[in-house]
Amino acid sequence: MFDTHDPETRKTFEPRIVAFFCNWCTYTAADLAGTSRMTYEPNVRVVRLMCSGRLDPQFVLHAFRQGCDGVLIGGCHSGDCHYQEGNHKAFRRYTLLKRLLTQMGIEEERLRLEWISASEGDKVRSVINEMCEQLRRLGPLRLERRPELRHTSVNQPDRVTVEVGGGSQ
Amino acid sequence: MSKPKVGFYWCASCGGCEEAVVDLAEAILDVVNAVDIVFWPVALDFKRSDLENMKDGEMAVCFVNGAIRTSEQEEMAELLRSKSQLLVAFGSCSQLGGIPGMANFFTRESILAKVYNDAPTVVNSEGTRPQEETTVAEGILPLPAFAPTVRTLDQTVEVDYYLPGCPPPVKLIAGAVTAILESKLPPKGSILAPNVALCDECPRKETKPDKLLVKEFKRPHQIQIDPQKCLLDQGLLCMGPATRSGCEAACIGGNMPCTGCLGPTDDIIDYGGKALSAMASILDSNDEQEIARLLNQIADPAGTFYRYCLPASLLHRSILPAKNGGVKV
Repeated sequence: MFDTHDPETRKTFEPRIVAFFCNWCTYTAADLAGTSRMTYEPNVRVVRLMCSGRLDPQFVLHAFRQGCDGVLIGGCHSGDCHYQEGNHKAFRRYTLLKRLLTQMGIEEERLRLEWISASEGDKVRSVINEMCEQLRRLGPLRLERRPELRHTSVNQPDRVTVEVGGGSQ
Repeated sequence: MSKPKVGFYWCASCGGCEEAVVDLAEAILDVVNAVDIVFWPVALDFKRSDLENMKDGEMAVCFVNGAIRTSEQEEMAELLRSKSQLLVAFGSCSQLGGIPGMANFFTRESILAKVYNDAPTVVNSEGTRPQEETTVAEGILPLPAFAPTVRTLDQTVEVDYYLPGCPPPVKLIAGAVTAILESKLPPKGSILAPNVALCDECPRKETKPDKLLVKEFKRPHQIQIDPQKCLLDQGLLCMGPATRSGCEAACIGGNMPCTGCLGPTDDIIDYGGKALSAMASILDSNDEQEIARLLNQIADPAGTFYRYCLPASLLHRSILPAKNGGVKV
């Protein structure tokens, strides 16, 4: 694994970013960046949501647990939400989630929210490049290992019977 | 026909779960008539050797409460697993980590420093710390080691069923015991409680507005709580929307908001994330600065949303110092 203190690692480390983009604005903007032949860092994996308000904080936590180093959320500017106020809901969750992550020892640069309209292809490029650079400086996110769950699989026979006085005969 | 053999054991917990068993009141006599209690060190004189002398699978079922922190707890969990046909994680601590699981916000070293050196009531001029062995006349005795992190029971050994709650409600315990005795258990891995949110059985359900929005978050000591009205609608952080039902809204009956001890329903993968989502969404503001200010009224988001479930959460614990570019905690 990576050692953040090792200068060699710092040189070779490439962050992995998961980006949750709203279908109506930021995703379209990313499309525009593509058709306009803009180039930006390839470190981002875009997940299209119908609205930034669809972003469940569990998605962010899951992305971090799966090994990503940063999460970017892209939504419509205030007043532009296709569903009227999904972006405001996203902002409320994002604000509280960021405080929770800080308490867990995760740097606040690892979660970022940007309002990017469908015409702002260039902003997609600059935000991704900037976040990538910040994460390169920060190094990889190193969560503590979570022990494997050892519960019995739910795919078992429907009836479970206990052998009465088992083993004592 | 011999009676099924049953055991109870505790690990990192407060004893409230043992109390819950006693709270079965007269019903415990039916349980005692139906089963043989062969291991229950809290209530009766049993030793580890009694357990070691049992055959594998000798106990029909063993109820284990408490999280796993020390090497002794881990050994006991493994021993109980091998001696029991069914192992039931009993209570929030063994299911999710519980209150002792909040130790995962801190490092092992900072806990030891606080408890053995820095607490205002501690006098420890020699700086004595817990040891893992001690020398007596007969030789060297090993002592339990204090692990860096708290684990749930199912992060330690295989668990068959879960009885949630802090402590599990008597009705759920009685239901579980009956299901075991009558061989009417659901598939293994199930949580022996209803799979719906607490709001569903809340007596104040009717007073919850169709569109729930709050202007401010408040803490219970800051307001005179209306005993009839939905607690969320009063601005209190009531975890009902994210929490499994089964307690018959006991805390709400006492005019206090739900703190989430029964843990998540089956569809939730991270309780804290879901509870946070529910609470942040009901804030009635679209102004970014105002949102930040009002959300600051939630004093300790991580502690509030992961109160009973930090070790079971996706993040499992806070990041240890020096892992992320050397942040010192």
